[in-house]
Amino acid sequence: MSDQRPEQKVVEPEYLLKEAPREKKFITGSQAFAEAIKRANVDIAIAYPITPQSETMHLVGDLYAQGYVKDYYRAEEEYGAMSAIAGAVRGGARAFSATSGPGLLRGLEAIVSWPGHRIPVVLGVMTRVVNAPLSIQPDNVEIAYLLHSGLIVLHAENQQDVFDFTLAGFAISEKVDVYIPVVVPTEGFFVTHAKGYVELPPEDLKLPPRDPYKAPVPPTDCEIPPARIQRDAPVQKSNFMSYLIHAVWQQEIWSANKRAMKWIYHYLGGPIEIVNPDAEIFVVASGCAAAQGREAQRYAEQEGLNVGLIKIKSIRPFPEKEVREALKNAKAVIVPEHNIVGWLAKEVKAVIPNSGIVVDGPRVYGGMTLPVELIMEEIYKAAGVKKEKKTVV
Amino acid sequence: MAEEREKIIVPGPAGYNPQPAMFLGVDLPPPGKALLYGQVVDEEEAMREAAKAMLTRKNPTIFPGPLVLWGWNAGAMEKAKAVLELAEEIPNCRIIPMPDYRPKYPKIDPEAEINPNHPNLTILHNKIEACIFVGVHCHYANLSLRMIRAGTNCFTIALCAEMGHEDAMVSLRDVHADEIRRFKEVLIEVRNQLGIEWTPTPPPENPSLPKEEFQTISPWDFGEYASLLIPRRGEVVEETE
Repeated sequence: MSDQRPEQKVVEPEYLLKEAPREKKFITGSQAFAEAIKRANVDIAIAYPITPQSETMHLVGDLYAQGYVKDYYRAEEEYGAMSAIAGAVRGGARAFSATSGPGLLRGLEAIVSWPGHRIPVVLGVMTRVVNAPLSIQPDNVEIAYLLHSGLIVLHAENQQDVFDFTLAGFAISEKVDVYIPVVVPTEGFFVTHAKGYVELPPEDLKLPPRDPYKAPVPPTDCEIPPARIQRDAPVQKSNFMSYLIHAVWQQEIWSANKRAMKWIYHYLGGPIEIVNPDAEIFVVASGCAAAQGREAQRYAEQEGLNVGLIKIKSIRPFPEKEVREALKNAKAVIVPEHNIVGWLAKEVKAVIPNSGIVVDGPRVYGGMTLPVELIMEEIYKAAGVKKEKKTVV
Repeated sequence: MAEEREKIIVPGPAGYNPQPAMFLGVDLPPPGKALLYGQVVDEEEAMREAAKAMLTRKNPTIFPGPLVLWGWNAGAMEKAKAVLELAEEIPNCRIIPMPDYRPKYPKIDPEAEINPNHPNLTILHNKIEACIFVGVHCHYANLSLRMIRAGTNCFTIALCAEMGHEDAMVSLRDVHADEIRRFKEVLIEVRNQLGIEWTPTPPPENPSLPKEEFQTISPWDFGEYASLLIPRRGEVVEETE
């Protein structure tokens, strides 16, 4: 690490995220993650390399060398990395890690225990195929594995979202009434290795340091006697726990997850973005699929079709009320996704009373791109527009 | 006269495994406000209802947690003093500590302490119908408040230093020593309005704890915790951070 720390002024997250002047840069998603970490006053970053995450953590390693991140190391594998992250955060540090596909699943046992341990941390997930045959290509089926463990999941559409969600993630996860991890997934390669315009606040500003005493659980630094307060806490003593405390503990984690919603409004302007709210046909999408959905909405508008877009930024907590309200007059809902299981379509169907209007797809997976034309085909079907298919030989 | 609002969170027993308040649509109050039966109200209104419960329900008890019990900084010490001052003003009030969050097995002494693994046992054993949580870390307070609402008829009051607790019948936020003293003044006012005569009296000693002789007490009396109390060589402890 550099002996000299870069001069950075501590400012409140509200200023850094919402008020500070911003300058437009043309950078990759990996660089956007690193730019967020540069301004997040991170104490320690721990990870194990895996494509397509490696570039992000390489750039975070550069930040360590430059003195922006106080400590950094490569763990022995993902289970070790995610367990070490829990220890560092429990010890009072602000931490960041990132992983992809099979690495995420390898670390999953540790990751899904973070909420119950009340670990405020930000995890970047650069999505990648997880099932055999082996592939490094983008596919976001792994997000389905993150949805039922209490984690907050903010799905980034593009490089700008990567920066904003990651930086806001630290502020949200460290709120005393939340205090559970924030995961920021984005599509590997499509976002991480592609460049886009990102509005960045000055790099000489950073978040305030983490205050580990502003917490809903005691820190493990033994300053509050008795020192064994955490070592013997029921969190690791399942054989001594009553069923009832486990039940209310789970309720507490999901209550914390719901409490995060007001902070998502506060820092990110809300869990969804709506384009053309009066439409009768909607494309509902998250992550990279939202970018393609945005294009489809634009094409449809050019063709005189009344189509709207609902981009879902927060997958957990899921914006149930907001989606239900936005779709109350919809006649058809098209849910394009980068996975075969259709986890987003299931979420949307579960929160509206007339789930039969949801079109399952289009879906691509295994690394395929999601052409706007696929979404347009569904829009034409929903609008009753007949298009002749031209075959060029 | 406060307008009539739906009471979402009321004394239990609410059932075998009731929904948490957050799932029922209760949100934490913004700064300067409080929760009363799950609704956002002015602090004064919530304080009056809390005072009434502590003055009129059976066996009122204060449950101080580690952030009050362990004098590890000036704020905690001042808050502990304020809690004692409050207890003195509540007729026949007891103090039962929640000193830590470890499960106490094979059996808790419900007269000596309350524990987040089974707070209902202490409530039921002592027939406590009104209680105050103060200085308990939010996570453990939430667990306890939910279990108490599930299995007992106790009226719960949370004096929280942070953002408050949805599962308490009354929840005040950002409560430190000054705010506890403000609550004490409201309580005295309500007590006078109710015509309850009371001379401030310290709460009874905890019957299960050995008497502490402050003239002769030694760090070694604290057993395994002794090392935490002994200054290191050359260290002069005037005030902790």
